[in-house]
Amino acid sequence: MTTQLLTYIFVGATFTLYIGIALWSRAKSTNDFYVAGKGVHPIANGMATAADWMSAASFLSMAGLIAFLGKDGSVYLMGWTGGYVLLALLLAPYLRKFGKFTVPDFIGERYYSSTARKLAVVCLIFISFTYIAGQMRGVGIVFSRFLEVDINTGVIVGMAIVFFYAVLGGMKGITYTQVAQYCVLIFAYLVPAIFISILMTGEVIPQIGFGSTLVDSPIYLLDKLDQVTRDLGFVAYTENVKTNIDIFCITAALMFGTAGLPHVIVRFFTVPSVGAARQSAGYALIFIALLYTTAPAVSAFARMNLIDSIQDQPYSTSPNWFKNWEEIGLIAWQDKNEDGKIKYSSGNALEDIKPKYLDERGEYGERLLQNKPNLSNENEIYIDRDIIVLANPEIAQLPGWVIALVAAGGLAAALSTAAGLLLVISSSVSHDLLKKTYMPQITEKQELRYARMSAAVAIGIAGIFGIYPPAFVAQVVAFAFGLAAATFFPALFLGIFYKRLNKEGAITGMLLGLIFTASYIIYFKFINPEINNSDFWFMGISPEGIGSVGMLLNFIIALSVSSLTKPPPDEVLELVDDIRRP
Amino acid sequence: MNEKNNKYWKANLKIVISLLIIWFISSFGFGIIFSDYLDQIKFGGFKLGFWFAQQGSIYIFVILVFLYVWLMKRLDKKFSEEEDS
Repeated sequence: MTTQLLTYIFVGATFTLYIGIALWSRAKSTNDFYVAGKGVHPIANGMATAADWMSAASFLSMAGLIAFLGKDGSVYLMGWTGGYVLLALLLAPYLRKFGKFTVPDFIGERYYSSTARKLAVVCLIFISFTYIAGQMRGVGIVFSRFLEVDINTGVIVGMAIVFFYAVLGGMKGITYTQVAQYCVLIFAYLVPAIFISILMTGEVIPQIGFGSTLVDSPIYLLDKLDQVTRDLGFVAYTENVKTNIDIFCITAALMFGTAGLPHVIVRFFTVPSVGAARQSAGYALIFIALLYTTAPAVSAFARMNLIDSIQDQPYSTSPNWFKNWEEIGLIAWQDKNEDGKIKYSSGNALEDIKPKYLDERGEYGERLLQNKPNLSNENEIYIDRDIIVLANPEIAQLPGWVIALVAAGGLAAALSTAAGLLLVISSSVSHDLLKKTYMPQITEKQELRYARMSAAVAIGIAGIFGIYPPAFVAQVVAFAFGLAAATFFPALFLGIFYKRLNKEGAITGMLLGLIFTASYIIYFKFINPEINNSDFWFMGISPEGIGSVGMLLNFIIALSVSSLTKPPPDEVLELVDDIRRP
Repeated sequence: MNEKNNKYWKANLKIVISLLIIWFISSFGFGIIFSDYLDQIKFGGFKLGFWFAQQGSIYIFVILVFLYVWLMKRLDKKFSEEEDS
């Protein structure tokens, strides 16, 4: 059987499974639709949270990013797991005790203000749509490479599947499909990692193989990688390029941002008790850690394999995967020294970085480029970092079914996250904006209908993002985390741990955090991208890390404004006392 | 009743703060601030600071959350028994 046929079978089988689960777990009430009837077992919720959290970015992009960043890539590993410690210890149990449906719900009631609630809805919608755009790109890449269908068709198929189980099943349908999606994605991630670890180091467990010697020599993998990267003109793989303060701030922004992401928090509203919420945070972190500790091993294997398989190879005999990805437009080669061989070293090969292809072919059959070569270095290839995980099994020459499995896993990761995001968007519209603010007279049945309608509209918008991907998708990912850290985290944390915080403090804090963080990112990413480097940054902190400064500002302003205005009313103090009791 | 709640809350804060100190040291401490220094120590193919940044801190996070679950269960039990007596 060909790899493509196998991929159709795997993807078809997993999609059928998701639809079957959706039919079995239809939502009957708003309680079902928003929080799955609060009856989800902590282990099931842990898996669902892990699938909800691990997106196309974690599954497809992260290992590739780390493969090229080396030790600097640690910010993603620590940032995206450490946030769960904060979530488990500081937020999840208390928000579960509060016992309502959405994150803006808590902010609205704790700060006794519909302005605070609306502000929270705006932040939530912005954060969630930013995130969804990335998922849809992931779906598009997998479809176009492995099923050889048009990206648009791929996005529409993905939308139809999510539409089916999100609109029909709400949180209940999403939860149980996410459990299945977790199993698919973790299996798909571990199998190739284990294969490659055995091939390269003889160790079955990738986390151990990562620190072992290579099969054909007594040299440690990481030492060899350090030496090879240094020889090619890069900084050694296990050394930092970024400054410590920047790494510190990026890690903090990702951690506090993770803890403040509404679609993750809302997962803890679905379990039966406070104790179950604590446990389920623990299970979620184990399930996530399984992938996150494997990822850096995959990165190191991939970087080593990549260099070995293409360096100084004549283009005419270069491996198939190289040419396949060139056809998709995610690899490019420009023969600067005209020797017909591929030369890989540090620096951008092309001017303008991203390749623009001409319709013609070169002497060796390669796609010719419009870009002028960048003559300041010898590097001849452009490689999109997003392809590493998908290409890795091919680079290591693993069998076709492993490649098919990875495609199904990538789709599971993208779809599960997209569904979770769509749900928080639709519930904040139907519950917070309609029921709690503008249309309090609607019945539960009507509210459920509005929830389904807003889910459908949100899916439509997400699909448009997938078909016409905004060019700024990659740039705005920093937004989602930075804004969650600078707005939600302080408001939620202080709402639980500091009784005296009143609505004036919370609102000014969130607004300031939002404005500061957004303006810094917009300034460096969109208005003046040419000066986006450490000489111009505030204290050497990149836009990716600025959320942590925004968060500090939020804390300072919220606390000082609160101390100057009148304390919150008694019923709010009682509410806080109540959520502190398990 | 109120005094008991206060006691419970203080005990809770003590648990949370001590665990967060470990959280901070294992990630921001060993993985970032002292990472280059720890890199002088090697075990197997790993430099220690690099290992903390890409592996060790994550294992410690998992342990911390389960430690929290266990400590809080014990605390809840202690306080609910007092309520009964």
